Amino acid sequence: MFGNITSSMLLAILPEIALLVLITVIFIADLVLHGKQNSNLAGITAVGIAAIFVLTLIYARPGETDELVWGGMLRHDWLAFVFKLLFLASGFITTLFTIGWESVWRKGEFYVLLLTSLLGMTLMAASADLIMLFLAIETTSIPLYVMAGFMTNNDKSTESGFKYLLFGAMTTAVMLYGLSLLYGLAGTSNIYAMAESIAARAIPSPVLVGTLLLILLGFGFKVALVPLHFWAPDVYEGAPTPVTAFLSTASKAAGFAVLARVMIAAFPSILADWQTIIAIAAALSMIVGNVVALTQTNIKRLLAYSSIAHAGYALLGIAAASELGVLSVVYYFLVYAVTNLAAFGVVIIVYHTTGSDEISDYAGLSRRSPMLALAMLLAFLSLAGVPPLGGFIAKVLAFAAAVDAGFVWLAVLGVLNSIVGLYYYLIVLKVVYLFPPKDEKAIPTRRSHGIALATSVLLVLLLGVVLAPWYDWAAASAASLF
Amino acid sequence: MQIPYILSAIVFLPIVAGAVLLFLPGKDRKLIYSFAFAVALITFLLSIAVYVFFDVSGPRYQFEEQYAWLPQLGISFHVAVDGITAPLVLLTGVVIFTGVIISQRIDDRPREFFAFLFILASGVFGVFVALDMFALFFFYEIAVFPMYLLIAIWGWKQTREYAAMKLTLYLFIGSVIALVGGLAMYFSSGLGTFDMIALEGANFSPEFQNLWFPFVFFGFAVLGGIFPFHNWSPDGHVAAPTAVSMFHAGVLMKLGAFAALRVGIMLLPIGAQTHMWWIILLTLVNVVYGAFIAMVQTDFKYMIGFSSVSHMGLVAMGFATLNYNGYLGASVQMVSHGVMTALFFAVVGMVYDQAHTREIPKLGGLMKIMPFAGVAFIIGGLVSMGMPGFSGFIAEFPIFMGLWDANYPWIAIIAVVSIAITAAYILRAVGRVFFGELPAELEGHMHDIRPSEKLALGILCVILVGIGIFPGVMLPMVQAGVNHALALLGGG
Repeated sequence: MFGNITSSMLLAILPEIALLVLITVIFIADLVLHGKQNSNLAGITAVGIAAIFVLTLIYARPGETDELVWGGMLRHDWLAFVFKLLFLASGFITTLFTIGWESVWRKGEFYVLLLTSLLGMTLMAASADLIMLFLAIETTSIPLYVMAGFMTNNDKSTESGFKYLLFGAMTTAVMLYGLSLLYGLAGTSNIYAMAESIAARAIPSPVLVGTLLLILLGFGFKVALVPLHFWAPDVYEGAPTPVTAFLSTASKAAGFAVLARVMIAAFPSILADWQTIIAIAAALSMIVGNVVALTQTNIKRLLAYSSIAHAGYALLGIAAASELGVLSVVYYFLVYAVTNLAAFGVVIIVYHTTGSDEISDYAGLSRRSPMLALAMLLAFLSLAGVPPLGGFIAKVLAFAAAVDAGFVWLAVLGVLNSIVGLYYYLIVLKVVYLFPPKDEKAIPTRRSHGIALATSVLLVLLLGVVLAPWYDWAAASAASLF
Repeated sequence: MQIPYILSAIVFLPIVAGAVLLFLPGKDRKLIYSFAFAVALITFLLSIAVYVFFDVSGPRYQFEEQYAWLPQLGISFHVAVDGITAPLVLLTGVVIFTGVIISQRIDDRPREFFAFLFILASGVFGVFVALDMFALFFFYEIAVFPMYLLIAIWGWKQTREYAAMKLTLYLFIGSVIALVGGLAMYFSSGLGTFDMIALEGANFSPEFQNLWFPFVFFGFAVLGGIFPFHNWSPDGHVAAPTAVSMFHAGVLMKLGAFAALRVGIMLLPIGAQTHMWWIILLTLVNVVYGAFIAMVQTDFKYMIGFSSVSHMGLVAMGFATLNYNGYLGASVQMVSHGVMTALFFAVVGMVYDQAHTREIPKLGGLMKIMPFAGVAFIIGGLVSMGMPGFSGFIAEFPIFMGLWDANYPWIAIIAVVSIAITAAYILRAVGRVFFGELPAELEGHMHDIRPSEKLALGILCVILVGIGIFPGVMLPMVQAGVNHALALLGGG
């Protein structure tokens, strides 16, 4: 069916194959391990993902030219490569954070779901065909629905999973409708043959824009853009916090990888139209995300709205539709993923001791556990876009892309929004540093959590100070789309 | 004489020391303070070395270092000092050293306090020495955000939360707006570099310059306390703990004025010429209105805070003249005011620590108790009034000459009025606080300041008097710097 299977084709799906192997290993381990031994499952998963990360980094590096492999289903290029590494890293850190989370961490099926979702994401980043794309999105989403509702004895978690499923199913259906329309119009399901075919068939642009809107409904839901954001705060709040961390980083990044690839490759004929649509979505997401975040009293909801706002900033790069734009998106997600993982990491560690996600219960954290407070300070300041942390570079690149593409108004709006953002991040830090603690006891940190948190914080710093290597990766990813 | 790596050392030593501090045991106050003191001393000595070994007859930029940072975008860590920035580096060194000495008695989480203070210091050094616009923004924001924590955590309980947030938001809005302007410059120059020496020769079109100049200039000048964006500054000064007030008014506000000059006026000279007539009017408001507001304050610290607004107005006014005398005066004024206001805030802090009030009418007779602080304050006051023989005269006189040269005689005349008002409020404060009768409720509570505090005040006084009596220690250097900066305006 695919002709001869060459080594490069296998290398292109090396992470996927390895993830499948790991999933099998977890299945077997779950059967073999009993009682207390089950706590090793998380460790096996984490080590496995780390090994896959290293394997991918060494062997799955794309060559000079970008190639379509597996009958045009996947594209082996830098964008896919960098995003796959990003997902694996997020998966690794998330797995470490699941350790100790009651009703989650001794269950084999949870890690199988996590790995399956990860597998879907790696395919999403590489998909070059509408069919593959849809399958990848579903492979990613369905495990996430279950993971969000995994704590079946907890009403909020159940609500979260159910809400996510219902809204997800509805928008997916609409998106599928859009994809089928697109296939009908273009006569091909390959994303890279789409533009040519659309041009050849002289499809009227209103029809194409309509179809695009249907598809964007699905993509927009995945990355929680306004006006498709309404699910995010409830789902983020109810889901087990490690799942929330995974949702808000890897899952969102996967959505953006797809968004960048499809928009740039398939729709050059209606460039100006979709740029406007994306710019409006970016503006709305920034404004709504930031303004509503101001009133939140629950840290998970606050981070949910902040993540909506961040999707807005990242969209600036897509709206720019330039190499610098895509570059900024990639850089943005490298930074945003590690930053948000660090932020949620603190939330997870604090929850283990206080059993609360209310911001007021963070009072005096800096007196109880200065290091934890410091990690939170760095994560939140990075989200606010303060140097020498990664968030600053990410924002500068996003604004630079917007200015370069002539969207000065969008850059100015982004800048003003980042002030609003700064305000609510500082409010949280004020609680952490200024208010007296209700309870003087130190907050213990598990070693696995400590490792995960230290890794993320270190990466936040590295992304903000040592710029050139990351920039090269982001630039190579952007170049592979043009 | 070239000293290799000295600027890198001076920029990175404080921030690295700050990071190390955070990992020291927080309970061991002695260790924390000794470490902070050692770092501050080394930083101070390094800044003296930069100043002393700067070759006045040498090239424009000295101690130059350049390392690739993000070559793909033309960003490098490119640093050097010129005749304007070398004194500012010294100023920063002085203020960090004296500030650390005065903060010896910080009792709440001293480890974090000194760590944030050092991070702030690194940011300040970075801005003064940066020749790369990206690096300048990078360090500028590093210098701004620790202020929030320093004020909110260690500040005056009544207003600290409000003042810290107000200050941070004002400064952040300014800096990000300037950042958008910087990006616009980067892209429209077409040079693909953030290097400011290259951008000086970019020949931006007059339309571009006229459009973007106000954004860049005001974005930075917010931190310089320019009217009508000065409002954050007195609140911030008053709420901040002593060392932070010293740093803030003494150094940080100069950062704003300097960056407005370096990025705004020097890179967009035509824009500067177009807009300057109305900016000069705003600075006049700063100078006169600031002085009047200072006069009606009964709170000792608010008085100094508004006097800063007034004096920083003179700096901006000097730059706005766009001529030799104005630049010269403004550049010296940055140093002179920096040292003077650090001195003021230090004395106010010492008084408040013991008296627990800053209401001028409730104080009195302190000269008998803390004569050293009293004399230091009077020296600062004389500088503030622009009295000949003190650095204030060397700074303010050329500014007024510059105004005259630039054909703004009326503005010069009105601005000079501020000196009389300054004299009024300073002398009144000196009379009330240091002379007269010691109020009964303060009897027995007050004692003389510690020897280390005397050392700090002594250093500051020596600089103020030294520049005043021997202007030769600073003026030739500043003149060299100003000549280079003016060459950029020559063609326009």
